[in-house]
Amino acid sequence: MSTTTGTAVIDGGVAAGGQAPRSRTRAKAQRTGSRYAFLVPTLYITFLMLPIYWLFNMSLKTNQEILSKFTLWPDEPTLANYMVIFTDPSWYNGYINSITYVALNTVISVAVALPAAYAFSRYKFLGDKHLFFWLLTNRMAPPAVFALPFFQLYSAFGLIDTHLAVALAHCLFNVPLAVWILEGFMSGVPKEIDETAYIDGYSFPKFFGKIFMPLIASGIGVAAFFCFMFSWVELLIARTLTTTAAKPIAATMTRTVSASGMDWGVLAAAGILTIIPGALVIYFVRNYIAKGFALGRV
Amino acid sequence: MEKTVNNKAWFMVLPVLLLVAFTAVIPLMTVVNYAFQDSFGNNQFFWVGIEWFQELLSSERFHDALVRNLIFSFSILAIEIPLGIGIALCMPKKGWGVPVCLVLMALPLLVPWNVVGTIWQVFGRADIGLLGYFLNSLGINYNYTQDPVAAWATVIVMDVWHWTSLVVLLCYAGLVSIPEAYYQAARIDGASRWAVFRYIQLPKMHSVLLIAVLLRFMDSFMIYTEPFVVTGGGPGNSTTFLSIDLVKMAIGQFDLGPAAAMSLVYFLIILLFSWVFYTVMNNAGTEKKHYAGEE
Repeated sequence: MSTTTGTAVIDGGVAAGGQAPRSRTRAKAQRTGSRYAFLVPTLYITFLMLPIYWLFNMSLKTNQEILSKFTLWPDEPTLANYMVIFTDPSWYNGYINSITYVALNTVISVAVALPAAYAFSRYKFLGDKHLFFWLLTNRMAPPAVFALPFFQLYSAFGLIDTHLAVALAHCLFNVPLAVWILEGFMSGVPKEIDETAYIDGYSFPKFFGKIFMPLIASGIGVAAFFCFMFSWVELLIARTLTTTAAKPIAATMTRTVSASGMDWGVLAAAGILTIIPGALVIYFVRNYIAKGFALGRV
Repeated sequence: MEKTVNNKAWFMVLPVLLLVAFTAVIPLMTVVNYAFQDSFGNNQFFWVGIEWFQELLSSERFHDALVRNLIFSFSILAIEIPLGIGIALCMPKKGWGVPVCLVLMALPLLVPWNVVGTIWQVFGRADIGLLGYFLNSLGINYNYTQDPVAAWATVIVMDVWHWTSLVVLLCYAGLVSIPEAYYQAARIDGASRWAVFRYIQLPKMHSVLLIAVLLRFMDSFMIYTEPFVVTGGGPGNSTTFLSIDLVKMAIGQFDLGPAAAMSLVYFLIILLFSWVFYTVMNNAGTEKKHYAGEE
């Protein structure tokens, strides 16, 4: 997932080299035309960051300071709220649970989506278009519709309150997503590569593992990122299927808050900690985010 | 790319098929099953035919939730789409500003949905939130737990905060794919800024904009967690959208029959949108190939 390949994809194959000689004159023309253009993204980013800053600000205050006075930054910054989370198992287990089922879901989704995406990108077969559409409808299905039947289905299999239950349930929207994204990337690999490999005597599994997978490595990374992301942000299904042993951090937040009479500082710290995993990986996929949201179609 | 006809490809699709059948088809069968039956507990069910559907389609509660949801979806589209286009047009095309903008703008998209709710719940509170405190000190009486208008404003601003970046990123991806030669030709012709936007940039963003509109419409149509955390559907029922209503009915009151009927109607609406979405995406795809052939 290097930067250069990322830009090439987003540029839609426009030769980057061709712009170099005239870039100076153009840059000048643009600067004079829109000198204040940078203000718009700056204002927008400020709007995006303010609420997050406010949460971060609160997470460094004591509850007393939060409730007694209104301060734009903490008077006496303290890490006590974070310490509560890192020392109390009912808090940090929430993170472990979330990460466990998210990782499990990502592995399952990408593993089953790889062969399917290959089939969709390379072959015509009976009912392929209908199947593809049916997969899409699952990405668009409202989780609220599935919450109750999921509960009964997983109860029947004795899977309630296990990581596997949440991981499987999240496949509902992540498998279709992974298939779409991977299909988009695979269609970009010329078919001649497959044919040459077969002529050279590669068997299909060997070709897929040794030649094809490295070629679409960035696609696999992006698909995994999107599975990770949508499983991480989802709460309704995850909360319905768990009680204690596999309870996600997001659900732990809602419960503990109402029980302990609004422990604002700890709530804020927990919120900040849920943002960090996303913030860490976002840098690697910045150029592919649009492609992922557009289901591989940009 | 020419695809070969190969029905054995079904074997490669089989794992996906089985997995999605387990996670989607079986639960959906349960829903269908409940939608036509009534229960007095103890696992005793009896057939009621289409009674739940008749009841649902004539119930004011469902109509209200549907209308609220439609108003919500169209308001956020009316705000997020033009705003997203505007921001994408002003974004830097090269240099250090690009990764900074992309990463910071994408950040809200990766915040867990209930934390988005928590952030705005805190941010809007008059006693400890920056926004609530600021507005109230300006003399505006802002309290989203009491006042329906404030609750609506909060939910809409929250959604704009959460999802406008998606529109920005998609539009930006469309904009950077425009070859430099197009702008040069426009400059030689002495085209105005508006003409460049109308005849070069907008057509190039056409397909990504369609994706953005449809994705935002569908996702806002099934929004649950964020407004639930902030307002809990209140004050009264003023921000009770379809999903919130459905969960209240299914899990809160355990009215399985009516909830199942509502699920099906809800799902059919979404299915209709999905079909539109799929058709549009496919057409956009062929259009793209058409362009590529020209260049």
